[in-house]
Amino acid sequence: MDIINVLQLVFSSALVYSAPLILTALGGTFSERSGIVNVGLEGIMVMGAFSSVVFNLTFASQLGNWTPWVGVVVGGLIGILFSLIHAVATINLRADHIISGTVINLMAPALAVFLTRVLYDGRGQTDIISENFGKANIPLLEKIPVLGPIFFRGTSAPAFVGIAIAVLCWFVLFKTRFGLRLRAVGEHPQAADTLGINVYMTKYAGVLLSGLLGGMGGAIQAQAISLNFSASTIAGQGFIAMAAMIFGKWNPLGAMGAAIFFGFAQSLSVIGNYIPIIQDVPSVWLQVAPYLITIIVLVGVIGKSEGPAANGKTYIKSK
Amino acid sequence: MSETNFVIEMKGITKEFGTFKANDNINLQLKKGEIHALLGENGAGKSTLMNILSGLLEPTSGKILIDGKEVTINSPGMANKLGIGMVHQHFMLVKKFTVTENIILGSEPNKAGVLDQKTAQQSIKELSEKYGLLVNPASKIESISVGMEQRVEILKTLYRGAEILIFDEPTAVLTPQEINELMQIMKALTNEGKSIILITHKLDEIKEVADRCTVIRRGKSIDTVNVSTTSQQELADMMVGRSVSFKTEKKEAYPKEVVLSVENIVVKEGRGLEAVKSLSLEVRAGEILGIAGIDGNGQSELIQAITGLTKTESGKIKLNGKEIQNNTPRNITENGLGHIPEDRHKYGLILPMSLEENIAIQTYYKKPLSNKGFLNPKEIKEYAKKLIEEFDVRTQSETVPASALSGGNQQKAIIAREIDRNPSLLIAAQPTRGLDVGAIEYIHKRLIEQRDNGKAVLLMSFELDEILNVSDRIAVMYEGNIVAIVEPKETTQQELGLLMAGSSLEKARAAVEKELGKEPTHVE
Amino acid sequence: MNNKSKLDNILVPVFSVILGLLLGALIMLVFGYNPVAGYQAMVQGAFGSSFYIGETLRQATPLIFTALGFSVAYTAGFFNIGVAGQALLGWLFSVWFALSFPEIPGIILLFISLIVGALAGALWAGIAGFLRAYFNTSEVIVTIMLNYTALYTANYLIRNVLSESSDTTARIPEGASLRWAWLSDLTSNSTLHGGIFLALIMAVVVWIFMKKTTAGFEIRAVGLNPFASKYAGMSTKRNIIISMLISGSLAGLGGAMEGMGTFQNIFVQGGIPSIGFDGIAVALLGLGNPVGILFSALLFGALKIGGNSMPLVADVPTEVVDIVIASIIFFVGANYLIRMVVDKRAKLNKGGVK
Repeated sequence: MDIINVLQLVFSSALVYSAPLILTALGGTFSERSGIVNVGLEGIMVMGAFSSVVFNLTFASQLGNWTPWVGVVVGGLIGILFSLIHAVATINLRADHIISGTVINLMAPALAVFLTRVLYDGRGQTDIISENFGKANIPLLEKIPVLGPIFFRGTSAPAFVGIAIAVLCWFVLFKTRFGLRLRAVGEHPQAADTLGINVYMTKYAGVLLSGLLGGMGGAIQAQAISLNFSASTIAGQGFIAMAAMIFGKWNPLGAMGAAIFFGFAQSLSVIGNYIPIIQDVPSVWLQVAPYLITIIVLVGVIGKSEGPAANGKTYIKSK
Repeated sequence: MSETNFVIEMKGITKEFGTFKANDNINLQLKKGEIHALLGENGAGKSTLMNILSGLLEPTSGKILIDGKEVTINSPGMANKLGIGMVHQHFMLVKKFTVTENIILGSEPNKAGVLDQKTAQQSIKELSEKYGLLVNPASKIESISVGMEQRVEILKTLYRGAEILIFDEPTAVLTPQEINELMQIMKALTNEGKSIILITHKLDEIKEVADRCTVIRRGKSIDTVNVSTTSQQELADMMVGRSVSFKTEKKEAYPKEVVLSVENIVVKEGRGLEAVKSLSLEVRAGEILGIAGIDGNGQSELIQAITGLTKTESGKIKLNGKEIQNNTPRNITENGLGHIPEDRHKYGLILPMSLEENIAIQTYYKKPLSNKGFLNPKEIKEYAKKLIEEFDVRTQSETVPASALSGGNQQKAIIAREIDRNPSLLIAAQPTRGLDVGAIEYIHKRLIEQRDNGKAVLLMSFELDEILNVSDRIAVMYEGNIVAIVEPKETTQQELGLLMAGSSLEKARAAVEKELGKEPTHVE
Repeated sequence: MNNKSKLDNILVPVFSVILGLLLGALIMLVFGYNPVAGYQAMVQGAFGSSFYIGETLRQATPLIFTALGFSVAYTAGFFNIGVAGQALLGWLFSVWFALSFPEIPGIILLFISLIVGALAGALWAGIAGFLRAYFNTSEVIVTIMLNYTALYTANYLIRNVLSESSDTTARIPEGASLRWAWLSDLTSNSTLHGGIFLALIMAVVVWIFMKKTTAGFEIRAVGLNPFASKYAGMSTKRNIIISMLISGSLAGLGGAMEGMGTFQNIFVQGGIPSIGFDGIAVALLGLGNPVGILFSALLFGALKIGGNSMPLVADVPTEVVDIVIASIIFFVGANYLIRMVVDKRAKLNKGGVK
């Protein structure tokens, strides 16, 4: 393989694996910025993956090329519904955020596989979808000499959408009224309350956004990588996304950067065999890299104070 | 309504928490343009009443009239709309946000949801100039002074167009200079037509700025008086409910050998700044050394360093002749320290644990409470029962969780536990905070009793009365240092106040004598 | 008053189980299954014969260990979400040791292999404890990350070190197995093994340790209020590390139960072993109390084993069982809901008496 081909392969597969992580990490950022710890991202991704595959299998004949994109929207909507459980439990019912997130992670695969069996004659996994994301060329940009073929040809369209969404999320979080209020609620809910901000509704918004984005992330994972749904479609991506959120210091752009980096590490363990140098590294190192790096970063770089001040604390309005 | 010169009328306000009546049929009327003091002891129900007015709590019964019209204030947002703004005692500020962001939060100028920082900064600048509230709009809260934080709190209410401002214990964390500035600001606000409710238990502040004063005691409103025609003593009597004797009975002290000596210690606080700067002091057997000072001048860090709860950067601490700086708390305790901690809920007790376990928490690892690593529940129970009886801790039983006890009884349990170990040094930090008068007297007696038994006692308190009445010597702390050590007989509240604000002893004495015409009045 | 709160404490798990089962029934009903038949199949499949009882007890065995492990750390104030990874390493290393030293006499080999498994779990959890104590790093995040690190590392070692590119290892030496013939005979050849007795013993040991020793007292104190514990001379750092070491060693033993008892080997895992999260669920339902843990482990063991019979007998997907388990933990976590309802009823009743 020549160098351009190798770079193209490395870059495009890194993006393919980053796309689900970017969106899910952004979702986690909204939830935690509002003060709700969300270890249930994994479960939300499962539901997004499941629903998008079912949608894809059902409507591919009508929607054709557009099926996976609509599937992502469907995954996001189901993600919202599912994240409602986490919101109700942590915001209204004062459940421990970690316990509630664990419930989400226990519930999602059980429910999704159950429904798969209901829908597909008792089988625990679906057929392969016919309309997947595949590889895309980005119009215009692909024409740039040298860089075009490396970065914009045969690449992952959802990843570029994810990057755009990350910029949008950054703008929402730091430049809009909604973002200011969301961050205030995660830092000092009582202060927000005294200023007439509806703390509970704002937290709901944060959690439901994590449901939307996490569900979309799961849908991308299923329709770009696994191409069907089974219990192992989502295997740790939700937790890597959470790691990316922490690594990115709860900032959408940071989370995006970390997600691309982790996606890169994940992709290396898959395509490493084709790349000189990397092919000699046991794949286990590339598999565990995101997790170990997160621990090292937590210890070395980020103090505990970096997260939202009231993250994980139940806000009880006195009456 | 004919008499609408009242901007606010609160009528028959009652607020129950379970069976406890925090407010019991309270009445309060606020005239336009006045500063109206709300006076009461800690726990009298002042904050509850004001939280009702600002929409944080809903009253169980009673009604609120604004400009003669009855209103329901069911949320802080509603209170804002009605022109009521609260300057909270514990500032409600988001540390990581800028001054501007904190002020506009909740009513942000925006174009289609996008923040309009320019407009915001402009209107903050105008407000800040109009009322003389100097702030730096672009600074983050975590980097500004306490005084400025309070100005931000005030601006928050003005930005929302508040006509009625509630100040909840606004001077607790301020230096005297900042207090002075605040008084000026409050007067400026009323000159602009605002009305102010000032919650406090400090009589001199009321005398200084308030027009009228409503006194609350144990959830009930006692009376509303004109401040100019009422003496401090009368106000104090109304607040406490009986003629207050400011004097605690005690004999002459006979100090003996040095028990605790602190030599040039430096202690840093959480953010890495020096909170205690090369401080030295000695406490002798048979004396009570009081540490006076405004909150935040290094008193807490000093005590945390002596008790081993925080690191001592440099210097020596000797207890009974042995160096103990940077020893573990257990080591220091075994060397003869008893410690009544400043925050009894955070440090003094494990609230969900039973009272008996809490009483055993300093000695559980020793015989007879345990043997070879195994607890002896029977001995623990007997020990707890003994102390409960001896120290008159009122409780249903020794097995209830510590959280079930009243504040006074919780504190008694802590004192019992600490004194019973017979320590040669007893450190009491804010030992009477939030307690009723009876419990306060009890605790003072116990401290003096320790002294009379030949123990050394170190008392840290923000209450000058307490310091003056209980101590044999008073060390005044200011910005991490002891600025003077005086004897209670030779000093006054005024002098201590000046010392706490950082002036030297000579200057303070001169100032006090000048003001009082060479007749230093002793506190009676 | 104390009695009342104790009653409340029992009411929460009982109501949670009932609500969880009702929700499971509702889901079966909605999707056209017969919930009565489903649950009947489940009960039959869990307790219907000595074989099924044996399987249920076997399923409960590792859960008792992982739940005890989780609860020790939880009591000290730490959410050890990593019991799964610790169990996996306990499983891996106990099997590895047994395979490496076949010459050691059986019962001694079993004993040492179990200890090796416990140590592996302890070390893995100890990392999180150490980082929490000295760097204040969230143990939740660290143990989640360590779970996946353990998963990929274990799979790699199984394929490349413990076997020659195979997905399973050889069986451990016969003598070191926890599968005792008389237990299999007693339960019509079920996979029940001697680990159940070890689990019962450990439940008693943990109970005594937590309630009756000064070290257990310290762990409880630190968990409830680390500041007051420090003030009272306890070392929070030491207690964090000790509680995580104990937690991890129990989780490691839970994993070793799979290696030395249930499967007698280790194989490549498709995901984090479920005994971890199921153990957390058991501990939460058992309110961290060893007696409660025994009961809830038995319940979850029965649900899981009984669930296997549901598709065969009643044509109900076995995943219903996992939905029920997740719902139970939802209600335990959201116990505020149950307490609120119970309190309201109590108040109404009081009003009625007047």
